[in-house]
Amino acid sequence: MRWVRAHLVGIAGMVVLSYMLIPNLVVLVFSFNKPAGNYNYQWQQFSTDAWTNPCGAPGICDSLGLSLRIGFIATVVATILGTMVAFAISRHRFRGRSATNLLIFLPMATPEVVMGSSLLTLFIAMGVAPGTPTILIAHILFCMSFVVVTVKARIASLDPRLEQAAADLFANPMQTFVRVTLPLVAPGIAAGALLAFSLSFDDYIITNFNASPSSITFPMFVWGAAQRGTPVQINVIGSVMFLAALVLVATGQLISNRRNKVAV
Amino acid sequence: MVGQLVEGPVTARLPRRARRNYTPYLLLLPGLAWLVVFFVVPMLSLFSQSLQTGNVETGYVMTWNVQTYVDALSRFWPHFVRSLLFAGTATVLALLLAYPLAYFMAQRSGRWKNILLVLVIAPFFTSFLIRTLAWQTILADTGPVVAFARTIHLTDLLQLLHLTSNDSLMNSPFAVIAGLTYNFLPFMILPLYASLERLDHSLIEAAGDLYANPAQTFWKVTWPLSLPGVVGGTLLTFIPAAGDFINARLLGNTKTVMIGQVIDSEFLRVQDYAVAAALSFVLMLIITAMVAVYVRRAGTEELV
Repeated sequence: MRWVRAHLVGIAGMVVLSYMLIPNLVVLVFSFNKPAGNYNYQWQQFSTDAWTNPCGAPGICDSLGLSLRIGFIATVVATILGTMVAFAISRHRFRGRSATNLLIFLPMATPEVVMGSSLLTLFIAMGVAPGTPTILIAHILFCMSFVVVTVKARIASLDPRLEQAAADLFANPMQTFVRVTLPLVAPGIAAGALLAFSLSFDDYIITNFNASPSSITFPMFVWGAAQRGTPVQINVIGSVMFLAALVLVATGQLISNRRNKVAV
Repeated sequence: MVGQLVEGPVTARLPRRARRNYTPYLLLLPGLAWLVVFFVVPMLSLFSQSLQTGNVETGYVMTWNVQTYVDALSRFWPHFVRSLLFAGTATVLALLLAYPLAYFMAQRSGRWKNILLVLVIAPFFTSFLIRTLAWQTILADTGPVVAFARTIHLTDLLQLLHLTSNDSLMNSPFAVIAGLTYNFLPFMILPLYASLERLDHSLIEAAGDLYANPAQTFWKVTWPLSLPGVVGGTLLTFIPAAGDFINARLLGNTKTVMIGQVIDSEFLRVQDYAVAAALSFVLMLIITAMVAVYVRRAGTEELV
């Protein structure tokens, strides 16, 4: 009993963590299911069919490819634009700075339905046909604010003495930026890019407002499947993304840990 | 404050060359142009759309028809109330669940910290639709969760509270709120973790040395210092939850329809753009007003 009281926070934390991870576990387990009907909701028997044939469901790999392409382009553009804005806000004083901050914050405080539908009204009014380009416009928009916030936090945590030291050692502003500032801010930029990609890859609500029948992203495919019957391949792709993310983030952590140890 | 420390020396050597004064504007130009053209202009377009009359076939004309708002609100006000209630409940539950985990990660986990952080972020990468579908399996009538809930009479309690209407858990307000809580939990944990990690543990020890009991220590030291995280996390949970309709659609029933679902179907299925735009605009106003009041009362305006 005393042990339980001493570790109450930890126990509560682990219960919450399992609440967060159980759905992923269910997705993984059911990727080895052989469902009886169209829906993969009840356990029938073990099978590796879906793993050996991940593109077996019609359209699933096309939608996955489209989502990966959109995610990649949106991440690159949003990361570049967002990083530029973050540097401008944290390193410069200019007129309209607080208005800029507000403009960056507002998209994050806007529910997805509002953002998606307002873009749709603009495209309707302009006579622009929905499709992959309109999805990209929307994704870059909602990813950018998150990149700005992430990079800004990293810039704010930098030790200004490092840049002063570079200047004292006769580095010009450009050299200081490329050799000192940018490498120090890089983890923040990487975190922002990772966040941007996950937001873009996972978005359904905004995408659905600005897509056409020929631009079905992976979340749209899953949504459609939920109405018609869920192929097991959905679980395979979900599990692969989860495991890939675990490996990717864990590697990133290892690298930064090792760097920190060397630095100390 | 940190920002000012960083800016000090940089701005101090700015005036020497007037040319560099253009730098911030050049850096801002592409990003802000994107935000103005694809965020501010669409908001104006949404507002204008809500005041027009017409239909999809013949097109819309501006008539400053305020009546649309009256009609839309009288038809759909219960959906607004329900959305705010569901989102509010989910936000409070998420805060209660996230706090112990965030505290443990930030203060007690030692070398496990990074692994826990990875486990919190990783579920993000399995599409949130797939994870919500998994809840259909977990809460299914034949599953172990329902059986357990029946044994401990949780199902009876939920029925008493009108959160379920029969002996099962799926397709009920309970399932929708549980799904909302689950889906936005990482958005609560990460800001909380960020502010709890900055908390100096010696302050907690000092409170103990001064004879504060654990409850006093928490309410007088830990909680006030974690407020920026609490405000950030509740906003990042409440705002998307209020507009969400995926949980209501996949885990709920016809009596749990949320406002996001109405806006989506008025736009894309009914194609009554004026009503849909009016509802969307009202939702934006409600959220903005609530956020403004909340942030002011919590006194953490540096958040923006």
